[in-house]
Amino acid sequence: MSGIPLQSGLVVAGLLFGLGAAGVLFRRDLLFILLSLEIMTNAAGLAFVTAGALWGRPDGQVLFIFILAVAAAEVAVGLALVLWLYRRTGTLDVDRANRLRG
Amino acid sequence: MLNGLWLIPALPFAAFVLLAAAGKRMPHPAVAAIGTAGTGLSAVLALLVGFDYALRPPAGNAFVQTLWTWMAAGGFTPEISLCLDALSAVMIATVTVVGFFILLYSTEHMAGEEGYSRFFAYMNLFVGSMLTLVLADNLLLLYLGWEGVGLCSYLLIGFWYRDVANVRAANKAFIVTRVGDTALALGLIVLFAHFDTLSIRDILARSPDRWLQGSGPAAWAALLLLGGAVGKSAQLPLQVWLPDAMAGPSPVSALIHAATMVAAGVYLVARMHGIFTLAPEVQALVAVLGAVTLLLAAASALAQSDIKRVLAWSTISQIGYMFLALGVGAWSAAVFHFATHAFFKALLFLGAGVVIAALGDEHDLHRMGGLRRELPLTFWSFLAGAASLAALPLVTAGFYSKDLILYQAFASPQGSPWLWAAGLAGAFLTGLYTFRMVFLVFFGKAGLPVIRKPGVAVSISLVVFSFFALTVGFLQMPALIAPVTVFSDFLSRTLPVLPVVAVSPATEILLLLDALIAPLIGASAAWWLTLRRPGFTARIERSRAGSALHRFWLAGWGFDALYETLVVRPFVRMARLNRDDVLDLFYGGLAWCASRLSYRLCRTQSGSVRRYALGVLAGAVIALGLVAWFKEFP
Repeated sequence: MSGIPLQSGLVVAGLLFGLGAAGVLFRRDLLFILLSLEIMTNAAGLAFVTAGALWGRPDGQVLFIFILAVAAAEVAVGLALVLWLYRRTGTLDVDRANRLRG
Repeated sequence: MLNGLWLIPALPFAAFVLLAAAGKRMPHPAVAAIGTAGTGLSAVLALLVGFDYALRPPAGNAFVQTLWTWMAAGGFTPEISLCLDALSAVMIATVTVVGFFILLYSTEHMAGEEGYSRFFAYMNLFVGSMLTLVLADNLLLLYLGWEGVGLCSYLLIGFWYRDVANVRAANKAFIVTRVGDTALALGLIVLFAHFDTLSIRDILARSPDRWLQGSGPAAWAALLLLGGAVGKSAQLPLQVWLPDAMAGPSPVSALIHAATMVAAGVYLVARMHGIFTLAPEVQALVAVLGAVTLLLAAASALAQSDIKRVLAWSTISQIGYMFLALGVGAWSAAVFHFATHAFFKALLFLGAGVVIAALGDEHDLHRMGGLRRELPLTFWSFLAGAASLAALPLVTAGFYSKDLILYQAFASPQGSPWLWAAGLAGAFLTGLYTFRMVFLVFFGKAGLPVIRKPGVAVSISLVVFSFFALTVGFLQMPALIAPVTVFSDFLSRTLPVLPVVAVSPATEILLLLDALIAPLIGASAAWWLTLRRPGFTARIERSRAGSALHRFWLAGWGFDALYETLVVRPFVRMARLNRDDVLDLFYGGLAWCASRLSYRLCRTQSGSVRRYALGVLAGAVIALGLVAWFKEFP
């Protein structure tokens, strides 16, 4: 495990997070936005695991399991929202779901 | 008999309640019956009680009837209690009798007016309040009556409230008298602070021990009481409201603004005479104020062309005489002049009301004329009233009361020849303006045609008042003519007798002759100026100085303009400036900023999820950036 330096782990996590964030911002399809969110949570998880490995403690992996649980819950709610949006509007384009404009 | 005292104010109040509650649904005769009966029964009772009091004086010359305790707050327990003594007996008799005949007159004079029942309700409320004022045993109850009459005055000046001018006049009267009322309230506080009670008899009994002659608190108390009196009685410098108060119906002017309410200040000073005796400077001020007011007002009366305004200024002037008397310590002379003035001035206002109604609501003296053939009864009664006002000698009540004041202004220890001279000059001016009015209205060329003649009720009132205006004076006559002193003997039970400095018989005769002649000269001058040589008068009025003086006097010595610039306009400007509450500007500004900001922020709520996500991300980046930044450069 000591083969991968901290720097590389964090850079990968950062890249993954950036990719996810870009996906959230630039995708208009709600399904892809959800996918991008998953990537972002996993990037955070990767950062935890890397940090845990640095100190040789299990906390990082424990937190990753928490993140998995949170992600699962989020996906359950998110997919329900996706379904609901599709039934209401017949599309998954989030830019057209803007009726809460102030 | 004396135990029925409480009924005297209660009956007019009952009539008021009845009329206020059900007056609108009653036929007019019923309204008139209730309206006059309330005050009429009260008048009968007042006379009975008065005679009972006169014939069988109670112990201490004062009968006190305590009805209940008004409130009990610590040591402050004012009671609703009435006190009958010689002064209040004279007051209630005058108020109720004058009130009854004026109401009788009104049943006909006000016929067909909108608000007929309202009129009678207010008038009865007024009579009740006035009786409370004069019967009150403590100053707080007196103050209640004082405010009650002020309220009725306001309501009745603005009786024809559809005309904005009347409403303005009512407001002016209310606000100007409020200045005096505030002074009075402060005076009560000063008295309470020093005596721990507001009972009039207690204060008068204890004040000589408590306060030294001429001490500070006594002067302050007297000055503040005088402030109240000056406001209510329309004396300098608060006289400006009374001429405008003539906007009300004539019976209102007769009852409130001539006979009774405006004399409340005189009553107050006479009632609190002990305080004024302890403050000689303030008492001297009373005399000077009276003398100056009587001259100013008489000069103003000369220039008026509205018949009711002539009478209003003459009322101010006559009350000036009463103040002059009070100022020299001639308490009973002041009250005597109040009583005679109540009758003859009420008569004059009622006569003026008949004239005004007869000519179709015409107030201008110069458009009247020759009415003595058309309205003979009104003419003779008006003449009786005018003669009494001008104090034509021997046959009129006004002569005896005014002569008494003039004599005592000269002979009293506090008197002076100057005060006497002012009074005498006033007597001349009174004769002049009174008979100018009489000659313009009833003599000369016929003016407007008569369209309404007085009926039975009006005629009865006029005749009764004429009788009183001529005969009340016989209660008190100068020693040189006939030694009758019924009135001052009666009042000496309550008010101290003036210790007159002895004057030589020659001086006494001279004083009497002056008082005899001055009004006659005034009246003849009026005849000469208005009937004999009207061209001369017109020439004076047209000349430059004459017209300026005329305008100055017409405007009442410019007091209205003065107060307009000194008080009203700055106040209005400040009110304009502060219309939206200057202090509120800050808080208003805060609210305005918040609302603008909220409007701006509203636009960021675009409904686009991706933009929100961008916002969240940017926020996170900035927050992290800041953390990193401060970690780098702590």
